[in-house]
Amino acid sequence: MGIDMATRLGGTQIPSPVLTASGCAAAGRELDPFLDLTALGAVVTKSVQLRARSGRPTPRMAETPSGMLNSIGLQGPGIEAFLSDDLPWLASRGARAMVSIAGGAVEEYAELATRLRGARGMIALEVNISCPNVESRGEVFACDPAAASAVLAAVRGADPGVPIYAKLSPDVTDIASVARACADGGADGISAINTLLGLVIDTETLRPVLSAVTGGLSGPAIRPVALRCVWQIHRALPETPILGMGGITNGAEALQFVVAGASAVSVGTAVFGDPSAPERIGRELAELLVRKGFARLSDAIGFAHRSAELTDAAGT
Amino acid sequence: MSRTWGITQAVDLAEGHGQLTAMMAIPLPPVPAGARAGPVQVRATILQVRTAGAYREFTVHAPGVVPGAEPGQFVTLRVGGESSAMPLRRAFALSGVDGDALSVVVAAHGAGTRWIFERGPGDVLDLIGPLGRPFPPPPTGAAALLVAGGYGAAPFVGLAQRLTAAGHPVAAVLGSATADRLYAVRELASLTRVLVVTTEDGSAGRTGRVTDAAPELLPGASVVYACGPMPMLRAVAAQAAAYGLTCHVSVEEAMACGIGVCMTCVLPVVGVDGTSRFLRSCVDGPVFDAAKVRFDDIGRLPDDLHGAAAMRATR
Ligand SMILES: Cc1cc2nc3c(=O)[nH]c(=O)nc-3n(C[C@H](O)[C@H](O)[C@H](O)COP(=O)(O)OP(=O)(O)OC[C@H]3O[C@@H](n4cnc5c(N)ncnc54)[C@H](O)[C@@H]3O)c2cc1C
Ligand SMILES: Cc1cc2nc3c(=O)[nH]c(=O)nc-3n(C[C@H](O)[C@H](O)[C@H](O)COP(=O)(O)O)c2cc1C
Ligand code: FES
Repeated sequence: MGIDMATRLGGTQIPSPVLTASGCAAAGRELDPFLDLTALGAVVTKSVQLRARSGRPTPRMAETPSGMLNSIGLQGPGIEAFLSDDLPWLASRGARAMVSIAGGAVEEYAELATRLRGARGMIALEVNISCPNVESRGEVFACDPAAASAVLAAVRGADPGVPIYAKLSPDVTDIASVARACADGGADGISAINTLLGLVIDTETLRPVLSAVTGGLSGPAIRPVALRCVWQIHRALPETPILGMGGITNGAEALQFVVAGASAVSVGTAVFGDPSAPERIGRELAELLVRKGFARLSDAIGFAHRSAELTDAAGT
Repeated sequence: MSRTWGITQAVDLAEGHGQLTAMMAIPLPPVPAGARAGPVQVRATILQVRTAGAYREFTVHAPGVVPGAEPGQFVTLRVGGESSAMPLRRAFALSGVDGDALSVVVAAHGAGTRWIFERGPGDVLDLIGPLGRPFPPPPTGAAALLVAGGYGAAPFVGLAQRLTAAGHPVAAVLGSATADRLYAVRELASLTRVLVVTTEDGSAGRTGRVTDAAPELLPGASVVYACGPMPMLRAVAAQAAAYGLTCHVSVEEAMACGIGVCMTCVLPVVGVDGTSRFLRSCVDGPVFDAAKVRFDDIGRLPDDLHGAAAMRATR
């Protein structure tokens, strides 16, 4: 085939533009029987916090039309176990890790970045800011440009060298302004999107299915929303790399994200249906780019913005 | 160990499906060189469909899945075909293996299992297995009591074969709401010393529940294996505990991935260190030591659970 599929996460070159999505691949180990982890752009690990978290009570999941709702609540072992167990395993396997971090306060994010600085196997940080800010009565960082910017500035301060991506929530009125605030704070790139808040009610019990009442919607159902977000962010910040995600299940869908402005994509919920999906999607994307006459992936990034005479009215 | 368990009738390859199978059963993806042993994803061709009361038993050609598969493990199937609106796989206990064939017993529940019901010989299923941890063997010579609710009997034909072959006396209680929801009564009758059947409506065996019959058989048992709905498991676990017996339960928690990456399928379990954690039933189970499962706290967040304090801080 011979197409050049290399891309970058900030300043770091990666051989493939297809990555896993945080929370949909744990720390990679369980996917090892199904695909070649080293062939992925990176394994994006489950958002890790300072302390161990139990996550929320069950039921934590409900399947919905072409999607699912989850309220896992960031179950995880905490940064210490992550550094002693998960990350070394990925490094020993030769896989690249984009480490997702989450916290309830600006200082927690900074401390996580400090603890992770220089860790073997880590090639980039993804900062999950779709978390409630305990100091602001639980308002989600990603819904407040000033708070989002403060988190990114703190992480940047804690690790000046590593590529940092801010992971945005689609549940905002103007996602481009949040993206700009994150870039101003020090983010090298933007990951978009996280899940959309949703609800399912059981008509037998007349109660919400999830014990947490609401949950995050993911999967093909959210793809058009995700693609619109990537489009808007690329229009507002054409120089900022975007890790696009939301409902991608095949190469053609990944291509939509690339031509909308994503320089790489994450595959989340599709892994539950097909654990080999990230590797397959990488193959399919390469074949499609060849068929469309591209010599390298980088030529296709944002192509849809250039290929048509699009007015701002049509774009936003 | 034997490569055949659970499947008691010869698989019918006479209708020409054998050749079809050989052509269509393409392992997916090719197992990378040096990959560690574990679950595989295959395109499994349906060889035979057998109606068993309200259930259907599907026997499929699934090369690569069978080696190492043990009673208590499960497989997952994709449902709904190419343009399916159901993104998640469905889990089914392995009911038997024979050569490259394996079988599962399916109850029609919602849209996914109804889609499986409509499949027939020659159709291809996207299958992953074997998944999860099997039933552990009992101590040498120990008498075993198997307690099943409905299709919960699926893994027990294979288990009973293993146990009797190893010289363990085996008894069983099979129960369900109605007679058509009993599974493998005949097979288990020939593999056990005592078999009691219960139905809630009295349409077969004794009227009542498995827990009404179990107390008669518990005194003669040293180890209990239970598979069925959660309320049944909880009741059987309590009965086994009252007799001081080891009890292995196979739980059925909703799963999104079945392979350990999503954290959907957890339940509170006490660890060897005495600390309780939310464990994944797909990789740490589905078989658990009943004494370690905190049945009362399923669906809750107990204060003493590992990592619960961090949840309160950020809520
Ligand atoms: C380890 C394990 C072993 C199982 N073994 C068998 C078996 O041998 N035979 C059999 O008939 N069934 C078995 N089940 C249950 C079977 O997986 C469900 O009946 C099936 O997933 C329902 O799918 P549906 O689309 O028909 O129902 P829907 O209700 O439409 O499904 C919606 C969602 O809920 C989940 N779900 C619904 N009911 C259950 C349930 N009871 N358990 C787990 N998830 C559920 C589905 O997976 C799906 O994600 C097993 C489940 C588990 C976890
Ligand atoms: C079960 C589950 C757990 C998730 N956990 C996280 C997480 O820990 N951190 C995070 O940033 N995103 C998390 N996400 C969001 C995904 O990374 C992704 O942004 C979203 O699901 C959209 O992509 P998809 O449709 O391909 O799944 C999770 C999603 C799912 C379905
Ligand atoms: S079902 Fe995903 S971790 Fe168990």
